[in-house]
Amino acid sequence: MADHKQKITADEVGYVAKLARLALSDNEAKGFTDILNDILAYMDKLSEIDTADIEPMTHAIPNTNVMRDDIVVPSEDPAGIIGNAPDTKGTLLRVPKVIE
Amino acid sequence: MNYQAVIGLEVHAQMLTDSKIFCGCSTKFGAEPNSSICPVCTAQPGVLPVLNKKVVEFGIKTALATHGEVCDGSWFARKNYFYPDLPKGYQISQYEHPLARGGHVEIETDGGKKKIGLTRIHMEEDAGKLLHDEHAPQSYVDLNRTGVPLLEIVSEPDINSPQEAGAYLKKLRSILRYLEVCDGNMEEGSFRCDANVSVRPAGAHELGTRTELKNMNSFRNVEKALEYEIKRQVQVLEDGGRVNQETRLWNDARDITESMRSKEEAHDYRYFPDPDLVALTVDHRWIEQIRQSLPELPDHKVERFVCDYGIPHYDAQVLCAEKEMADYFEAVVRENAPPKQASNWIMTELMRELKENRRDIADSPINPVDFAGLINLIEAGTISGKIAKTVFSEMAKTGKTAQEIVRSQGLTQISDPTRIEEVIRRVVGGFPKEAADFRAGKERLLGFFVGRVMKETQGKANPQLVNDLLQKVLSEP
Repeated sequence: MADHKQKITADEVGYVAKLARLALSDNEAKGFTDILNDILAYMDKLSEIDTADIEPMTHAIPNTNVMRDDIVVPSEDPAGIIGNAPDTKGTLLRVPKVIE
Repeated sequence: MNYQAVIGLEVHAQMLTDSKIFCGCSTKFGAEPNSSICPVCTAQPGVLPVLNKKVVEFGIKTALATHGEVCDGSWFARKNYFYPDLPKGYQISQYEHPLARGGHVEIETDGGKKKIGLTRIHMEEDAGKLLHDEHAPQSYVDLNRTGVPLLEIVSEPDINSPQEAGAYLKKLRSILRYLEVCDGNMEEGSFRCDANVSVRPAGAHELGTRTELKNMNSFRNVEKALEYEIKRQVQVLEDGGRVNQETRLWNDARDITESMRSKEEAHDYRYFPDPDLVALTVDHRWIEQIRQSLPELPDHKVERFVCDYGIPHYDAQVLCAEKEMADYFEAVVRENAPPKQASNWIMTELMRELKENRRDIADSPINPVDFAGLINLIEAGTISGKIAKTVFSEMAKTGKTAQEIVRSQGLTQISDPTRIEEVIRRVVGGFPKEAADFRAGKERLLGFFVGRVMKETQGKANPQLVNDLLQKVLSEP
């Protein structure tokens, strides 16, 4: 369905992939461009519905104000969480040097 | 050409809650690295963040105290970027629909009072802490701070000088501390500030290109960084150049701002509503309930102090910057110490003593009752102001009352005219030449005689009486 009316270009797909730290081959980038164009074209179909009088929603559930009281719950098994990291030093996680 | 600086500030204030914003982990500062963590704040699969009600309450408090409007509905959004201190790959923040909008903070400037507008106040989670290895190309991550609640308070670009920026930050910090929602500790990072700054020719309407300043961890550094950056931008323009829109870091060691060379595309955050969190609708009853619970705020307290105690506006401002200091002053006055004397002594001796020993008023070495006792001894004429300073130091050192010290060291002021006159006659008799010179018109010599008399009495003679009686004795033929 990817026709002359492109919704998203291969360059934009490459940019988004980079932001998401995804390494795409040229072929993959082309493939995703086609797929995303199809999806975006389908979105156009949804846009045909008049939503002028409808409040935008951010959630499928009509719940609001789900909150908890400010009570400390002891941290369970931090060692287990740290154990998931590929590299540690003592209880600290170790990563390649990052400095801005 | 004359230029005007245009400054907007973004403050991140750590909320004084016990637990994190979306999970029950402790927010305690200084815990062992990675001990206050759980599946939620470390982004394990399948977890669900649940909002801490206290954070909302603190946010509403802050909005009301700064005259802002709490929005009917607000949402959380994901701010997407990658950094090792951010386990989820996004920060939960608020974007299009913040908790509150508008409001202002009033500051004093050379030109009088000025309102600095607020754009918005929103809630978000803090990131973890990175520690950089000095010797090896690696960094360490401590996630205890991940998920600690923050309020981001964004000002309008209403600030026009580094001094105004400093005054705004101090006032905002004071308000947050009065509300007991943030401890305001800039050095420890619980009150952080970034600045947007640009310059434009005086009188111009269009804004210049701005830079964003980061890494300023004290009031002084904020002012210094702004000072430097304004000069730098003016210089660039004067040289016919253009200011680059960029982020610059304050280098405290070199007293300059430096361009932060980082990938600009990293700033495409792709915000979208967080599907894990439902919308927040704050009902008016809750807002009113919080409004009723607000403490007296600094501006109001200053006015009340001027009005009720008749102290100068300046004194009231100094005393009211910290709630604990204002409370101390009132406790001293309750003990019948005259307000002006009390504020003088607090603002000079007590504040100096606290500063020298790096103590807060909460751990003052002298309690308000004893402090009032000292002032009342001066008022009653029992000791002179000069002796009182010695007594004050002794009180701070030993914790004894002024009464005890004055009694045990025999420091009671000599106010008996006969005794003072006796000393004066002895002193004047010992310096006939000086006495003759004085009588011949060398009036400056009065100070010399006062000094001699004070020395003879170990500083205990009532200064006013010494003056009067010296005049009398010396004017005798």
